[in-house]
Amino acid sequence: MSLGRYVGRRLAITVPVLVGVTALTFSFVHLLPGDAVDAIVGFRDVSAETEAAIRAEYHLDQPVWDQYLLWLRDAITLEFGESPVTGRDVSATIGRRLPATLALGGAAWLLALAIGIPAGIVAAVSAGKPADEVGRLAALAGIATPNFWLGLILLFVFSVRLGWFRVLPPDAPLVSLATVKFLVLPTITLGTAAAALVMRLLRSSMRRELDAPYVTAARARGLPERTVILKHVLRNAFLPVVTVAGLQLAFLVDGAVVVEGIFSWPGMGRLLVRSILRRDYPVIQAIVLVIGIAIVLANLLVDIIYAILDPRIRY
Amino acid sequence: MSDRQPTTDRGRIRIVGFDDAAEQKRDSDASSDTADAAGTTADPSIASRGATGIDPTTASASALAQPGRRLENAWRRFRRNRSAMAGLAVIIVMAVLAVFAWPITVSTAEVTITLQPFSLAPYDPTAMFVAPPNAPPSLAHPFGTDWAGRDQFSRVLVGGRYTLSIGLVAVGLALCVGVPLGAIAGYFGGWIDEAIMRVVDVLYAFPFLVLAIAIVPILEPVPILGSGYWTVVVALAVTGWVGYARLIRGEVLSVREREYVTAARALGVPDRTIIQRHVVPNAIAPVVVQATLNVGTVVLTATALGFLGLGLEPGSAEWGAMLAQGRSSLLRGDWHVTVFPGLAIFLFVLAINLVGDGINDALEPDRDGRDDRRRMR
Amino acid sequence: MALLEVDNLVVQYYTDDGVVRGVDGISYEIRAGETVGLVGESGAGKSAASRAVLRLLDGAGEIVGGEIRFRGRDILELSADDLRAIRGDEIAMVFQDAGAVFNPVYTVGEQIAETIRTHEAVTDSEARDRTIALLDRVGIPNPAARYADYPHELSGGMQQRAVIAMALACDPAVLICDEPTTGLDVTVQAGILELLAELAATSETAIQLVTHDLGVVAELCERVLVQYAGEIVERAPVDELYYDPKHPYTVGLLAATPRLGDDRERLPTIPGTAPDLIDPPTGCRFHPRCPYAEDCCASRRPSLVDPVSGRPDDGDPETHVAACLEYTGDLEAGLDYEVQVRDAADSDCRERKQQGEPR
Repeated sequence: MSLGRYVGRRLAITVPVLVGVTALTFSFVHLLPGDAVDAIVGFRDVSAETEAAIRAEYHLDQPVWDQYLLWLRDAITLEFGESPVTGRDVSATIGRRLPATLALGGAAWLLALAIGIPAGIVAAVSAGKPADEVGRLAALAGIATPNFWLGLILLFVFSVRLGWFRVLPPDAPLVSLATVKFLVLPTITLGTAAAALVMRLLRSSMRRELDAPYVTAARARGLPERTVILKHVLRNAFLPVVTVAGLQLAFLVDGAVVVEGIFSWPGMGRLLVRSILRRDYPVIQAIVLVIGIAIVLANLLVDIIYAILDPRIRY
Repeated sequence: MSDRQPTTDRGRIRIVGFDDAAEQKRDSDASSDTADAAGTTADPSIASRGATGIDPTTASASALAQPGRRLENAWRRFRRNRSAMAGLAVIIVMAVLAVFAWPITVSTAEVTITLQPFSLAPYDPTAMFVAPPNAPPSLAHPFGTDWAGRDQFSRVLVGGRYTLSIGLVAVGLALCVGVPLGAIAGYFGGWIDEAIMRVVDVLYAFPFLVLAIAIVPILEPVPILGSGYWTVVVALAVTGWVGYARLIRGEVLSVREREYVTAARALGVPDRTIIQRHVVPNAIAPVVVQATLNVGTVVLTATALGFLGLGLEPGSAEWGAMLAQGRSSLLRGDWHVTVFPGLAIFLFVLAINLVGDGINDALEPDRDGRDDRRRMR
Repeated sequence: MALLEVDNLVVQYYTDDGVVRGVDGISYEIRAGETVGLVGESGAGKSAASRAVLRLLDGAGEIVGGEIRFRGRDILELSADDLRAIRGDEIAMVFQDAGAVFNPVYTVGEQIAETIRTHEAVTDSEARDRTIALLDRVGIPNPAARYADYPHELSGGMQQRAVIAMALACDPAVLICDEPTTGLDVTVQAGILELLAELAATSETAIQLVTHDLGVVAELCERVLVQYAGEIVERAPVDELYYDPKHPYTVGLLAATPRLGDDRERLPTIPGTAPDLIDPPTGCRFHPRCPYAEDCCASRRPSLVDPVSGRPDDGDPETHVAACLEYTGDLEAGLDYEVQVRDAADSDCRERKQQGEPR
């Protein structure tokens, strides 16, 4: 089938998944123990008027199905109401914090690719030699290090003891030298494990491709080794890495939750943790929804890119 | 000299005489084999050589034949892998330390049974102010003390219990859910497959930690899960099963098409038996590898939950929770509160990953088959 | 001096169970323009020998002895750059699994054109034009359209033709074909053979054909080498090999070939199975399976000799040599077989009348 039909099929599968994601997120508040109102106000004592207002706002007197649809309609227009804990508009709060998380996540992702890809290629090509073993152990160490521990240690060594970086983020706009400098440590913290994963994956993928008959045939044709590796092997070896890219996003979000807290970075991850501890469930719900939708769409994009890269998948 | 005349004719060729000579040879080989079996060895090389050779191993034959021997070979290969054995040693040591760190007692109203009386830990991990708080490492307290004056060394030792057991139990539970669901989805296909895979896709949209964070408050009030330990375990299991389901579904899909499964079906073997005896054993290898590596991931997530203050009750000696105080301590310059528990997590996850990689290398069946075939050309 | 001379080549493989000498001292030569067949069972080492020529052994294999001279230069001593210049340009290989030879993510045409561009200074469009001409030459219909196809879009036969086209891209002096027709349908096989025959006839390219199929060899080759357990056991011009086989293994191979109209009840086979090369049989490697083996066969290793005179092989490619102790006069009972030839005239009616009668 052509690329167009393949994309169409993927889209068709994505729709029920999106429905599932929204339904699951919606049901979060209702799965919480106790009455929905109690859950929403975080089990605090509230006045009767507040309770009535909440019932109205969340349509709690209507059947569940209608509640879901109404909530969904609101969500699509980014209308999440106000947080019962802080009183502030939920979507505005998230909107303020989203760029910060995107900046950190994006930087970490780029770092992961910038380190992981060359390291993976080198490791694959020099298999069996000391460079490969060193790389393998380094990657394992990178994966095994808890990111919160790494963050704390980096913070301690470079900010507290050496004073090279600030401990708290600077009071400056996102796109400024001061902020970029501050982001160095959090980016390293978040990106290390991701880089290690990319490196390992690329290495094993390339080793598998290097055994393939077309590689021997390419050498038999007299192609220079560099062409064989970079043009032929890499293109094939990249495919599993692309597949994993969608998972990488989830991985980075997980990491951001913790890393933002350590560096007091005002992003969505920190907001999520604060909200959990404050029992600010509407905010949690909204954040989880945003994350879920983002990941589903990112995976769809990854699938499409994969189909562009690998002609076999379309048939 | 032979009685064979070279020929100068041209036309269709037929060889006469070879077949008879070959028959004779086969007969004499058979009889000399039985003669050898009777006792004396005449010239064993000729007789036995006729029987030795390379057995062509098709994928289906090797899959069914001698699973015990495959395990043996895998174990041998694993043993030769030094880093994997090192990882295994570390895990065993940590497990032993965790078990014998402090007495384990089970008590009801009347009776207290001590399951394990030893205590390697020098101090009671819950005892506060056995020394000045935040004291740096010393001979008496090799890992220093924390903000409440508790001995870090004892707490790290005992903390291993939470970490190791959460890792194993959560992965075990996830396997129990994920493997059957994935196998069913892969084997039966159709709408069952679609339904299960949609559920998997939906759960996959949420990152591990985020989902666990969201589940913890839902599970908290459930009575049997109360203490926090089981809340964390169940949360991790609920988020973890999807990976195995997907993995084994893929494996089952590829195994399902093999000839020996079709043959079993043709013989009328019930589906359940086919899945159990033929499909799952062949598909299980990647799942084992994945599960081992996932113990590490689960531990990292569990400790992250502890670090964030979710999950186990405050004050418990869980490694992640111990690190939660780390930030404030660090800013004061007390590095020891952070380094040691984190180091323990790091060591455990590293060891598990080494073991998982070792299992992966040991169980790589298709790699071996390909190599053998290539060599014998 | 022949175009390609292989001199006492030894190839070893390192396996979990030990060291395997897949090729144990074979020597042969290929002259310009001729077609030579290399025949043997799986496991005989023929593919290893062919790959060794271009030093394309995979990681587990290693060339540990001998020389391979191409136009007088020892390939085993060449630098990486010189070797690369020869590969594809002067010596080209056609591999068995045609589909796997192509990189699945690039088009067929691109990969062939790439080969041309690597060895010759041509523009992209020149390479493209030459590629389309090559595809046409190997009999692929609508070559311009096929240029932009991906490998998996072609049928098995088309893939094999494309592989041959790729091998011929730079007009090599030697073409090594490793089982080019194995695994193909019989009709497709016939087409490929026809193509190879036409190439052999019309071009200057020498062809080394590696196969286990005697029928293919008979159709295409001028000379044949028979390989068993890593050694060459017989060498002869093709007619002589078929009508006058000397080595018991060759005889067995010919006897085992099933034919239409065969009235025997059971297909004859060579007894036993191919030997384990980690610990090969002593003496003559074929002796455990040879119906004519005697005691001396287990202790003395025969070398290639002229069967008529008993003199050792002098390397002349046109002579017929075989490695059997019978021809150095050491066997007592001799080889008891006979080559019968039925010419066309009396085949049909005689066959029917003599059905059931023992011959």
